[in-house]
Parts: sequence; structure tokens; C-alpha cells
Amino acid sequence: MPTLTLVQAVNDALKTAMRNDDSVVVFGEDVGPKGGVFLATEGLTSEFGEQRCFDTPLSEDGIVGTAVGMAMNGLRPVAEIQFQDFIFPAFDQIVSEAAKLRYRSGGQYTAPMVVRTPYGGGIRGGLYHSQSGEAYFCHTPGLKVVIPSTPADAKGLLIASIEDPDPVLFLEPKALYRAVKAEVPEGHYTTPLSTLRTVRKGTDVTVFCYGAMVPVCEKAAEQAAASGTECAIVDLRTLLPLDEEGVLEAAKQTGRVVVVHEAPRFCGFGAEISALIAENAIEYMEAPIARVTGFDTPFPNTLEHHYMPDHRRVLDAIEHVAAY
Amino acid sequence: MERVLATDGTLVAEDPALSPERLRELLEHMLRVRCVDERMLKLQRAGRVGFVGTAKGLEATLIGSAAALGGRDWLWSGLREGGAALMRGLPLAEYVAQMYCNANDTAKGRQMCNHFQHKGSHYPSWSSCIGTQIPHGVGAAFATKQRGEDAVHGIYFGDGATSSNGFHSGMNFAGVWNVPAVFVCVDNGWAISVPSSAQTASESYADKGVAYGVPGTEVDGNDVLACLGAMGAAVERARAGEGPSLLVLRTYRMLGHSSSDDPSKYRDDAEVSAWAARDPIERFERFLVARGVLAEGERASLEAELLAEIDAVIHEQEAAPPMPLKTLVEDVYAEVPRHLRRQYNAFIAVAERHGEAQPGDGAFPL
Ligand SMILES: Cc1ncc(C[n+]2csc(CCOP(=O)(O)OP(=O)(O)O)c2C)c(N)n1
Ligand SMILES: [Mg+2]
Repeated sequence: MPTLTLVQAVNDALKTAMRNDDSVVVFGEDVGPKGGVFLATEGLTSEFGEQRCFDTPLSEDGIVGTAVGMAMNGLRPVAEIQFQDFIFPAFDQIVSEAAKLRYRSGGQYTAPMVVRTPYGGGIRGGLYHSQSGEAYFCHTPGLKVVIPSTPADAKGLLIASIEDPDPVLFLEPKALYRAVKAEVPEGHYTTPLSTLRTVRKGTDVTVFCYGAMVPVCEKAAEQAAASGTECAIVDLRTLLPLDEEGVLEAAKQTGRVVVVHEAPRFCGFGAEISALIAENAIEYMEAPIARVTGFDTPFPNTLEHHYMPDHRRVLDAIEHVAAY
Repeated sequence: MERVLATDGTLVAEDPALSPERLRELLEHMLRVRCVDERMLKLQRAGRVGFVGTAKGLEATLIGSAAALGGRDWLWSGLREGGAALMRGLPLAEYVAQMYCNANDTAKGRQMCNHFQHKGSHYPSWSSCIGTQIPHGVGAAFATKQRGEDAVHGIYFGDGATSSNGFHSGMNFAGVWNVPAVFVCVDNGWAISVPSSAQTASESYADKGVAYGVPGTEVDGNDVLACLGAMGAAVERARAGEGPSLLVLRTYRMLGHSSSDDPSKYRDDAEVSAWAARDPIERFERFLVARGVLAEGERASLEAELLAEIDAVIHEQEAAPPMPLKTLVEDVYAEVPRHLRRQYNAFIAVAERHGEAQPGDGAFPL
């Protein structure tokens, strides 16, 4: 099995999907000859031609709006938004149009499409190249929201998203694009959406996370283990629709829960996990649920290392709920 | 296309009759832009600053046009106008502090590199989101008019930005409201890897004004005198209440989009060398030498002086105080709200335990 970085796995997924299905088209800003600013689309124009992988004018609204129309008329568009921070001109097209099309047409029209975009901090990108906006989108019925954290998942989840009958926002943790290389199966395979992944088994504390926070939580769990606390780590992978059964089962197993994300705390995805457990499994809880998150501020630049939850802050929360 | 100087520096239009001092000033401002860029790239390669997007090739565009704005006028930056800000009053020390994102930066190190601001000369920074400043400039121009003032708003943006929502709403509102604004489209041939020709099917970006009732003019952006003249006329028109104009300054981005871009993947060397032959500084230098305003070889000594000045400022900025940690939660609102004070206090307790806090970083009263 070849070993790939996460961004290479994305590239591999796009190529696999395009080879498999002629209706798959990839477009966005700088995705053509340049191959994308992170090289996620490298080599696509040369392999599949300008008809299937092409650059667009600088308009996210135009990119996503035209993707909706393509999807309504037989293509499988995979649109790239260069940074998640620049998706907001397309918010209307995602929230008002793509996500509601099936419902408002009584199922007559649908928008099977993917919007891929790198998200998250850790690259010294400041306010507008670092944000984690998943919560805005998770408040959007009709949309699916997927975030991989490993190369193999990035490929399997992206192919599954492209083949999914509904619109998917595929958020790629850019901090992990080149962080590790791991084995990725060759050829076509899918990783089912709405299924979480158990990263690590443990009996004392359950840590829920996704995207770039997964390796941070793994490091915290290793340190916790050194002092005798065994953590289970759950990578949610799909935030919407969430694997609710899986979350409840994992929470019940330890009765002590920490939720970690780099996005701001208030109305962040951690609140949903926390509410789900409080509503359905409160009698299993041995400690209050703890959240480790970014601050309720815009994303900083020089001080970003303080904003991003690190293994020390996660460990702090683990020790706190373990000792409660 | 409006042009005053041919590539060889000879006059091809009416002589704007500027004083020798003024002419030398323009050259010096252009040279400063180039020298600062050169030094910033060097610092980037040395790992001292994170990221640099230069204005190499755009010096005449920026300096010529911005030189037509007065002290009370506003310059709404779209991306690469830092050099124009220096000319209009941004202190070099603040420029370098912004590149270092250090504690001397007036934006408190919160923005990425290349996001300058200078309130004293009415120069807000761009956000990073392409095109969003365009309606801001139009709204501010509306306010100028409403308040009975006579400032003009120079609204800058690139060729790529003409595809943004902000461009279209901004132009439309400006036309309808007849505000004192000049739209300055810096057409430098590329939006990262997308050529100007793939950004629009219009023959010229100036045509886009037609749809909004805003007159558009194409100008040779590598001709500092043409840029100054065209901007001067548009500013005068706006100040006289005759409405907004669109200037398209045609130039060329000589280097990559930024220090993280490799342009050889998407453009031909031949195109780059063709534009190198039209270098805006060399063209103006030839004109000045022919005029006797500049001695042969004097440019080199001007550059040496500028580089010495820049190096001294860089040296100063290398030693900045640590960034106060409270800046993490300040300026989100006018007052730091209770929930943020609580989040900060929890954070600082951990930072103190790990010896990462400085005196003054301590907790907020709750
Ligand atoms: C809304 C938005 N989309 C995408 C980007 C990424 N991006 C930054 S600069 C740029 C190209 C800008 O081209 P242009 O307007 O011509 O300005 P230039 O870089 O040539 O000065 C792009 C696509 C962004 N910053 N904002
Ligand atoms: Mg451009």
C-alpha cells in the first residue's frame, strides 16, 4: 500500500472519482495548472483536461452557485474554496440553495455536490486563513459536514462524499495536510459517512474530537496514560448527520467526557455533543462534561499557539474530569 | 490607453510640467517600494517574517495614482498598496513592525504580514477577503458627502477582485449615489495563477464601468506620470461632485503572487521578460536623466541611502517587547465581556504554571 500525506490522499481521491465517473468535474480558484494553493488538485488538468478540472473567476458565490446548477443537471461538481475563510460569499448558495433544494422541490431536484475547503489554524495565517467555521454549517439542515483526520479517511470519505446524493461540505484540516504520511489503499473505496472512528480505546475518559485536534488529543492521551488514566479517543469524522448512537455508546463506556475543537466555544460543535449526552446519558455521567476549545475571539496571528488547544490544555481537562 | 512616457522615457503626451523636486520625489517613492520589497523578501527567506507579497513591477501604478490623493483623502487598500501608504505617511517602523507582527504593530500582531494600516493618513488595512473593501469605500464616500466634507476615496483592488460580489455592489451603489470615489483597478495580469484574460470576457476592465454608469479609463500602469495624471483628473471630478470614475492601471506582477507561490508552474518566462523591458522605474529614470533632473548613475546612490534607512529600521524592530497575552481577548468588543475574562483567566492560570506569562499578563477581575 502506498503511503501518502493527507493532501496527497485528497488528490488521489479526486483522481479516483474522476476516473470512475466522467460527470465528476473539479473547479475553483487556481485549481488548474497551478494545482491548487496546497496542491490538492495537482495533475488533474493534465490528466483529465480543461473540461474537467478548471480555474474560475475569483468569486466564491459564482463557484458554489454554478456548482448547484451543474449538480441539478447531471454533473457531479467538486468545487474548491481556497480557504474556508473565503467561503462566506458562497454562504447564501450553500445554506439557502444547495441545502434546501431537495426539500423545497419535494425531492424533484437535488444537488449532489461537494464543496472542499481547507480549514483551521496552525499555519500563522491570521484571522482569515485559519478559521474553523464548521458550526455555521452544522446549523444547516440538508447539508452534510465531513472532516477527515487521516490520509486513508480523507480518501475514503471524499469519494463517499462525491458519490453521496446530497450536498457535502468537506473540510480539510490544513494543519494536517503534510503532517504525517500513512498507508492509503489504492483504487476505489469509500468510508461511510456518519460513522465515527475509535482512534484509541480507554476505560477512564472519552475524548471526542475531529480534524486537526485528533493528533493533539492522542498526544494528551499518551501523557494521561503515563500517569494511569486511560482515554478513549473518538474521531467524529462526520459532524452532520452525526453518528449519535456511536457518540452515546462511547460516552457511556467511561462516564467521563471531554470534547475538543479549535473553533470558538460558544455555540460550537462541542455544545451539541455535550447536549446530546446530557439529554440521553446523563445518568451514566460521573463528572461534568468538559470542553477544550478556541477562545470566543477572532483567530489571532502572533499568539495563535495560545489560541489553539494544545495537548497540555486537553490533558488538563482529562485530569480534571478523571479526578472529579 | 493613456500614456505620457514611452518605454524609452520620451514624452508622448503633453508635459505635465512638474517641478524637478516633485519628479525626484516620485522616483524616490518608487525606489522605496522596490527596496522595501527586496528587504522583506530577504527577511522572509531568512525566516524572520512569515510571508511577503511584493509590489515589484507595480511601483508606478501605486505611487503615481496615490500621489494624486491629498492628505484628507482616503486610500482603501485592496492588497499591495503598502508602498503607497509609506508615501502617504505610514512610518517605516510601523510597516516593518506589521511585517514582523510584533508588539509594536498598531494592529497588535493580529493580522498576517502585508496588512498595513495607518489611521493618520486614512488608510484602513484590507481584511484578506478579496473585494470586501470596495463597498466600504463607497459607504465612507457616502458619509463624506452626507457630512458635507470634500475628501475623495481612492478604492483599490486587483483584476481578480473585479469578479467579487463587493466590486459589483460597490460600483453599482457608487453610480446610483454619485459618491466622491475613484475605483482603481490594478490590473497586474494575474490573480494568483489565473490570467486577466480568464477573469473576464470583457475586452477591457474599463468596460465594466459602462454597466454602472461610471466612466472607465485604461492607463499605462508602468508610466508614473500617466497614472498621476489620470488619477488627478478622476480625483478632481469626484471632488467637484461629478461622480465616481473607474481607472484601470495596466501593469504586471513581476514576481509570484507571494513568497509561497511558484509562478513558473503557470506562466511563461517570455511574458515576464517582455514586461521586464517595460520596467516602470527604468522608464521614469530615463526620462529624469534626459531632463537633467537626475544624474547618470544617481539612482544607485539613492537606493543605497534607502536600503541603509530600511536596514536601520529592521534592526530596531528585531528587538520588540513580547506580545501582551491580554491582546488575545481585547478589542473583540469595546469592553472585555465577562465570558472572555473568564476564558482568559483559565488560560493564564495554565500559562503561568508553564512559566509562559510575563508581568502584566495576569488575570482580569471578574
Ligand atoms: C474572497 C477571497 N477569495 C480568495 C482569496 C485568495 N486570494 C488571495 S489574493 C487572490 C488573487 C487576487 O488577485 P487580484 O485581485 O488580481 O490581486 P493581485 O494579487 O494580483 O494584486 C486570491 C484568489 C481571498 N483572499 N479572498
Ligand atoms: Mg492581479
